[in-house]
Amino acid sequence: MITTEFSYQKAGSVDEALRLLAAAPDSALLAGGHSLIPSMKLRVTAASALVDISGVAALKGVSRAGDTFRIGASTTHRDVAESADLRSGSPLLAEVAGVIGDPAVRNRGTIGGSLAHADPAADYPAAIIALGAQIEVAGTSGSRTIAADDFFTGTFETAVAAGEMITAVTVPAATGVAYEKFVHPASGYAVVGVAAVVTVAGGTISSLRVGVTGAGPQALRLTGLESALAGKTADDATLRSACSGLVAAGDLVGDHQASAAYRASLVDTLARRAIARAAARG
Amino acid sequence: MTTTTKMIGQAIKRREDPKLITGQGQFLDDVKLTGMLHAVVVRSPYAHATIKGIDASKALALPGVVAVFTGEDMSDINPLPCAWAAGKVDNNLNTPRALAVGKAMHVGDGVALVVAEDRYIARDAADLVEVDYEPLAVVVDAKKATEPGAPQLHENAPSNIVMDWECGDREKTDAAIAAAEVTVREQIVNQRLIPTPMETRGSVARYEPATGEFTVWMTSQAPHVMRLLLAAFVFGIPETSVRCISPNIGGGFGQKIFVYADMAFTMWAARKLGRPVKFVEDRAENYQSSTHGRDHITDVEIAGTRDGRITGLRIDTLANLGGYLSTIAPGIPTTLYGRITTGVYKIPAAHCRVRGVYTNTAMVDAYRGAGRPEASYLIERMVDRFAAEIGMDPAEVRRRNFIPPEDFPYSNGMGLLPYDSGNYGPALDRALQIVGYDALRAEQAEARKQGRYLGIGLSSYVEICGVAPSAWIGLPGEGWGAGLWESANVRVHLTGKVVVTTGSLPHGQGLETTFAQIVADELGVPYDDVVVEWGDTSGTPFGFGTYGSRSLAVGGTAIVKTVAKVREKAKLLAAHMLEARVEDIVWEDGKAFVKGSPDQVKTLGDIALQAAVAYSLPEGMEPSLDETTYYDPPNCTFPFGTHVAVVDIDADTGAVSLRRYVAVDDVGTVINPLIVDGQLHGGIAQGVAQALTEGAIYDDDGQLVTGSLLEYAVPKASLFPQFETDRTVTRSPVNPLGVKGAGEAGTIASAQAVMNAVIDALQPFGVKHLQMPATSERVWNAMHGGTRGARS
Ligand SMILES: Cc1cc2nc3c(=O)[nH]c(=O)nc-3n(C[C@H](O)[C@H](O)[C@H](O)COP(=O)(O)OP(=O)(O)OC[C@H]3O[C@@H](n4cnc5c(N)ncnc54)[C@H](O)[C@@H]3O)c2cc1C
Repeated sequence: MITTEFSYQKAGSVDEALRLLAAAPDSALLAGGHSLIPSMKLRVTAASALVDISGVAALKGVSRAGDTFRIGASTTHRDVAESADLRSGSPLLAEVAGVIGDPAVRNRGTIGGSLAHADPAADYPAAIIALGAQIEVAGTSGSRTIAADDFFTGTFETAVAAGEMITAVTVPAATGVAYEKFVHPASGYAVVGVAAVVTVAGGTISSLRVGVTGAGPQALRLTGLESALAGKTADDATLRSACSGLVAAGDLVGDHQASAAYRASLVDTLARRAIARAAARG
Repeated sequence: MTTTTKMIGQAIKRREDPKLITGQGQFLDDVKLTGMLHAVVVRSPYAHATIKGIDASKALALPGVVAVFTGEDMSDINPLPCAWAAGKVDNNLNTPRALAVGKAMHVGDGVALVVAEDRYIARDAADLVEVDYEPLAVVVDAKKATEPGAPQLHENAPSNIVMDWECGDREKTDAAIAAAEVTVREQIVNQRLIPTPMETRGSVARYEPATGEFTVWMTSQAPHVMRLLLAAFVFGIPETSVRCISPNIGGGFGQKIFVYADMAFTMWAARKLGRPVKFVEDRAENYQSSTHGRDHITDVEIAGTRDGRITGLRIDTLANLGGYLSTIAPGIPTTLYGRITTGVYKIPAAHCRVRGVYTNTAMVDAYRGAGRPEASYLIERMVDRFAAEIGMDPAEVRRRNFIPPEDFPYSNGMGLLPYDSGNYGPALDRALQIVGYDALRAEQAEARKQGRYLGIGLSSYVEICGVAPSAWIGLPGEGWGAGLWESANVRVHLTGKVVVTTGSLPHGQGLETTFAQIVADELGVPYDDVVVEWGDTSGTPFGFGTYGSRSLAVGGTAIVKTVAKVREKAKLLAAHMLEARVEDIVWEDGKAFVKGSPDQVKTLGDIALQAAVAYSLPEGMEPSLDETTYYDPPNCTFPFGTHVAVVDIDADTGAVSLRRYVAVDDVGTVINPLIVDGQLHGGIAQGVAQALTEGAIYDDDGQLVTGSLLEYAVPKASLFPQFETDRTVTRSPVNPLGVKGAGEAGTIASAQAVMNAVIDALQPFGVKHLQMPATSERVWNAMHGGTRGARS
């Protein structure tokens, strides 16, 4: 469990980080290091130059502007979980952050690092998709915003281009939210995780977004379910019939812990539970 | 602490803990020697392959690399010995060498050794060693390995069979089963586990050319045995030229009992290079190349009457022992498994056949419980199967078949020495009472009507502790190279402080505390005046080390006997000092006084001082209060008890949650209840994990799928409810303390309690058996009529 040799530099600003990143060929940003360092130790990743962004103050913290919450890329899972703003106005991310790994992981790991890493079993992606978050990225030629639906492009792959970095995530206010996680008994990641964001108006579902992590090669959105439930009541019978055969096992991943068919059944169960719980709050 | 309070029975905190929990322990990786080099092993990525060539030139060119060695370079030392063959049958032995020669037998088999100035250089250089492999056909499953057409791993082992062993009465058993009213047959898999001590293994070796002496620091539960095996068997040198030291050990669970390649290759390389060499495995290496546990496939049949009497038990087990044999591998599924498969029941006819099998997997050897968990799981599952078959409550079936208390000492007909003492009914009754069995059964019936699935599982167990008397393990041909006695030395310094040196090797059992409590009482001195030492072969008498729940029953008894010698000598000397007759000397609270004249008194300190200065000793008495005992126990000890697990199953996902866990154990006399409870808690956690989460998986190519902690599910605290523990106390007649042992009981008892509960919960789905671990998916499949759950 020893990495190959690498150089280390600590950036003071986003611009400096981008400059340092561009300066070396096999460079990588170092945020919390809780995905990057283990993969370097396993020699799965061989970065020869690390640019540490944990000291860039502008990348840290949660702020609120009206109905929009902005979370800096270097905000730790713990700070997201404990953010009073989020807990009152848009609690989904806070709740998801609170079930990532263990306290040591939450004290170091960051939302930007997690999203950039795009582990198909990570927790945040389900919530990001359900919330319709916007991901702000900066590059040497300027900044842009990527919508959650376009962000994850494959297993460990995102729309962030080489030389770019995530600077923040913005999410709308939403209180009809829930995250259901089926925890992997070894890794603690999600075998399947389903996040739901619901608005109920006049007793029926007026808006719904559902994000799924763990099940497939990348996080996905259940648009079919969203439209099927539009205008319906969120009672148990309706949810049970709607949340059945949501995803085809053939599109999912399977391993010794959970086959694709079993994961498909978990998606149904967790989607039903997440929507029921979210609807009761929203 | 004063001596008037009895220390035995006190729940005092472990004296070893402050150092360990404040980071002041000294572990193997803390050993740093001047001029020390670092070794990294190049390991086979193939499960079975011919090694056609090794090119180290690129590695050697890396600055800081000192040498690269292959197995052929080390051909002047012998393969590692197997010290426990299965008794009275042929054993087709194949043991590993320091590094593989010619062929790699499993993924992670060591094929070359890189030695460099630091660990980082050595690691980089290992990637530069080019090994030319020719992959061979692979077999990882014990059953497939014995079938026609399977790849043959070793020339001397046709059909990959290590040995074909049996115990019990075959004819009588066949007849009993043929004549039975009811028979139930099952194939039961006891899956492979990876012990996962928190500290991985390693060795540091130093060689002094001037004297030809080795010093080896090792993560070993048995340094004296390692010294013997490495010196006499591997290197062919006198034991006196090897000193073995076990520093603090971060957990062993059996994995650290054995002699390993790294002990040999660090010694060899240190001698070759004239500099100390250190090797510490990482977690991936620990998983691939240190020993695993369990891995049985068993065809079993139980027979009985409709009114619940068990009349016969027939067992046929394939024990996967890996690519080579580890140090005591064949002894585990035979002596420590087959002979105790009848459990707590009086079964008139039983027979057990065990075949050890070679496969392209890591070696399998003792893991906490070692054979007894496999035995207990098997019989306890089959008793539940039988109970379900005849429609009788599983508690009642157990009660009807328990060996009655008046039958002790009890011979089970399987070749054990008799069970020492036991009273199984009260432990069962107490466990049922604590858990509220009748109310739970009522709740279960109600829940089933509502589509909720609650299960209650029992496990009544007996196990073998205090391994092992020469009367059993030596003479009648159990195949083990020696009777497993234990040593103790007790000396009283002239200040009155007592130093106990033991051949046991505490590594988490709290023996330092337990032993000091015993000596405090037996000698009547303050607990704080007793120091316990161990771990260095040059400072301790020969001992067999700590495993098999032997350290209290065997090592502790050696201490008691030694203290008695010290006390007798102290009384003799006190009589001389007080000018009294020794018959008139009374020993109390660490003082000798003349009967009826308590003012005529000498403290242990007074006596020790006189013994040390030796100005005036009785005629013929040697100076110093210093005694040694080598204790060979007359029998093993047999702890027992009943555990009850209560589980709830999520009908949508198949997830099992453990609602309650009740354990009533009888470990004989309890020296320190806190330590006994701690041992039980940890043991239960390991057994529950076998039932619910753990399992090593190799794919068909022999790759270890569960090769890291991301995939191999060791338990987390969140898996467990608060354990509810209680005890009955039945003294062992085998030793003066009346102790039985508690190190493995929790693990031996628990997996089947949980599995019986899971299967009980699934009864409405027609499930009769489920293999471990009961993962959510397996349970879900079983509930949905799938067949996936029924077999592994
Ligand atoms: C024991 C353990 C348990 C865990 N359990 C869970 C779990 O249950 N659920 C879960 O979701 N995760 C889990 N994780 C992962 C954890 O959440 C990581 O912290 C996270 O995946 C990565 O965040 P980081 O800040 O540590 O990123 P790093 O490891 O520093 O970086 C990860 C990757 O992102 C890149 N990167 C970092 N920051 C940026 C940025 N601002 N812009 C662009 N690229 C960037 C890096 O170059 C690297 O490629 C666990 C990790 C561990 C070690």
